[in-house]
Amino acid sequence: MPSVNSRQRNIFLTILGITFLCLIVNLPSSQKVSFHWGKINFDHTFYRPDFSFKIGSYQFKKNLDLRYGLDLAGGASLLYDVDTTKLSSTEVVSALESLKGNIERRVNLFGISEANVKLTNNSGKNRLEVELPGVEDINQAINLIGRTAQLSFRGEDSKVTDATTSATFAQAFPNDTGINGSHLVKSTVQINPNDSRPEVGLEFNAEGTKLFEKATKDYLNKRIAIFLDDIPVTYPTVQNVIPDGKAVINGQFDIKSAKELSAQLNAGALPLPITILSQTTLGATLGKDTIHKGVIAGLVGLVVLSLFMIGNYGFFGMISVLSLFIYGLITLTLYRLIPITLTFPGIVGFILSIGMAVDSNILIFERFKEEIRDGKPWNIAMELGFGKAWDSIKDANTCTIITGLILFNPFSWSFLNTSGMVRGFALTLILGIFISIFTGVFVTRNLLRVLAKKNNQL
Amino acid sequence: MNIMKFRPLFLIISLTLLSISAFSLLKWQFKLSSDFTGGSVWEVQLTKDLSKNDIEKIFTDAKISLRDFQFDSKKASLKFANIDQDQKTSLDKNLKSLDDKYSELKYETVGPILGKELMQKTLVAVALSSLALLLFIGSKFKDFSFGISAVLAMLHDAFILLGAFSLLGHFFGAELDSLFVTALLTTLSASVHDTVVTFDRIRELRQKNFRLEWENLANLAVSEVIVRSINNSMTIIFMLLALVLLGGVITKWFSLALLIGVVCGTYSSTGVAIPLVLLFKKSKQ
Repeated sequence: MPSVNSRQRNIFLTILGITFLCLIVNLPSSQKVSFHWGKINFDHTFYRPDFSFKIGSYQFKKNLDLRYGLDLAGGASLLYDVDTTKLSSTEVVSALESLKGNIERRVNLFGISEANVKLTNNSGKNRLEVELPGVEDINQAINLIGRTAQLSFRGEDSKVTDATTSATFAQAFPNDTGINGSHLVKSTVQINPNDSRPEVGLEFNAEGTKLFEKATKDYLNKRIAIFLDDIPVTYPTVQNVIPDGKAVINGQFDIKSAKELSAQLNAGALPLPITILSQTTLGATLGKDTIHKGVIAGLVGLVVLSLFMIGNYGFFGMISVLSLFIYGLITLTLYRLIPITLTFPGIVGFILSIGMAVDSNILIFERFKEEIRDGKPWNIAMELGFGKAWDSIKDANTCTIITGLILFNPFSWSFLNTSGMVRGFALTLILGIFISIFTGVFVTRNLLRVLAKKNNQL
Repeated sequence: MNIMKFRPLFLIISLTLLSISAFSLLKWQFKLSSDFTGGSVWEVQLTKDLSKNDIEKIFTDAKISLRDFQFDSKKASLKFANIDQDQKTSLDKNLKSLDDKYSELKYETVGPILGKELMQKTLVAVALSSLALLLFIGSKFKDFSFGISAVLAMLHDAFILLGAFSLLGHFFGAELDSLFVTALLTTLSASVHDTVVTFDRIRELRQKNFRLEWENLANLAVSEVIVRSINNSMTIIFMLLALVLLGGVITKWFSLALLIGVVCGTYSSTGVAIPLVLLFKKSKQ
């Protein structure tokens, strides 16, 4: 038995600690345990401890559930082409942001918690990607996203006074004045000459002018709320009867938000015209089937792999299977913590990096064998094996990382792939390589230093 | 072990594989999925016993021509050109009138622009990877014949994988989709991964005995790393084979592509990359 010094023992214990922590993170979120034996009745549901703590007034909370991508969870994905040709290049950026905000608001209204709205630039063409996990009715989603913004003016019901949340807000303003977006001729940003603050001017058509005059008469000294897509934008108090069809919304704007609101009102819809390029719906059953079969295939592969390693390298093979287990735990933990959305190509990237994790061990063990054949003492041969194999491991993995980075496209270069699928694969591959170098070299080496005995044969 | 004396054999194997690939690529090209061509894929799970004709009639009535129609125990998978939202809604309605409880498993439309972009970008990614790896390996080994050989071996694998998929597409209906692009690029990195390990051993041996002929060095290096190469490939092959045999429909062709890539990559380190290095060294003398 090689002498184990206290530093090596500490490293060993640290590795065990990390493994234990990762194990806890990966427990199912709740597990019911019950058994009855004679008079003993045991019924208890165990909960995974939450990953939340407090530093001063800062509350830290993390949801540890694995996130599944569209291809696994099912749902709808829409890709739009955004027409920016009518805008000058200086206006495009803010218009795109406003478009994104607009669509996000609509999607949130739809009640999807993990919806994802992304702007991408594809060789000069602006694209908008909307991912709606769990949404199966794509027509509803398309209509929701593409529809014209609903503008409405609603009068106050003075009996309801509390108007803080949007639910009570809608109750506080139940009286539709009949004015909507179609009555609007245009909207402009103006600067109020008195307090030089930005305000949004509205100009109504003939019918709108009449309706607006009536509304301001009915609600004189009361409030009228302006709703956009059923969300209150502002609720000014009516100070005069306005007969000329010109109104001003003032008060709480800075120049940016005034411009944004005015743009939304002007378009009557989205700030930029969008056309649908592609739409995808995946039923959840297909995803469940893929996960189920993938897990079985992965387990079968792992068992064969473990048998192969133990058959070939005996005790050392067992240690490398153990560090492979730690590799899997750390990877899953990071997926939960970062969090990485698990997609199908991502899982394949993960499985592939398992292969590469074992590769480091095979390289080391073969080196070790060579040194033993050269007649080196056992523990020196082991350290030499690790030292010499390190060069190859480093160079070979650098090459994989280079390809991984080109696939991941960290700077979002438009001439490379920007699709989420390819990038998800690349991210899990790169992450896998770094963790596999840690477990395959560092963890295996320290486990061997403490656990291996001289008579363990390769 | 004098493996390098088999160089003529390696040459024959590689040339055969490359020319079969070239033949298939020229004659049959690829069976492109809707990722590339643009189009719609519609998969539905039926609850009633409908005949293939019933469903085909919906499409002929709507004047939409079907490109592909797979029908298997109440599960229909249909492929057709891009249609607009109204046409889709009427398809839904017509199918509902035949089977009111059917469920949609998948509906996907891809604009052909997307496909074109994907192809161009993949080529750019391959070119960029080749260049980056050539520079990295060339500078790492302070000898660009290593870099060029490794990259050529890698492109050899990529070409054979493309050819294999052209054949699989022609005979078994395997489609080239965006997942295949990922598999192709992984093959590139796995191939180089293996080659670099072997090159590394040549470099190490050369430091110890720099009087030795390149061919002897190569033989020595290959015989020292071959067990590792085979064992390592076996581990990846186990995982992938499990996915090919047991995995779902989506996984099958993707895993098979990776499997072909890994097997090719293991062979090409010894069979292509090192013979190429020897060729460069010989022509320099």
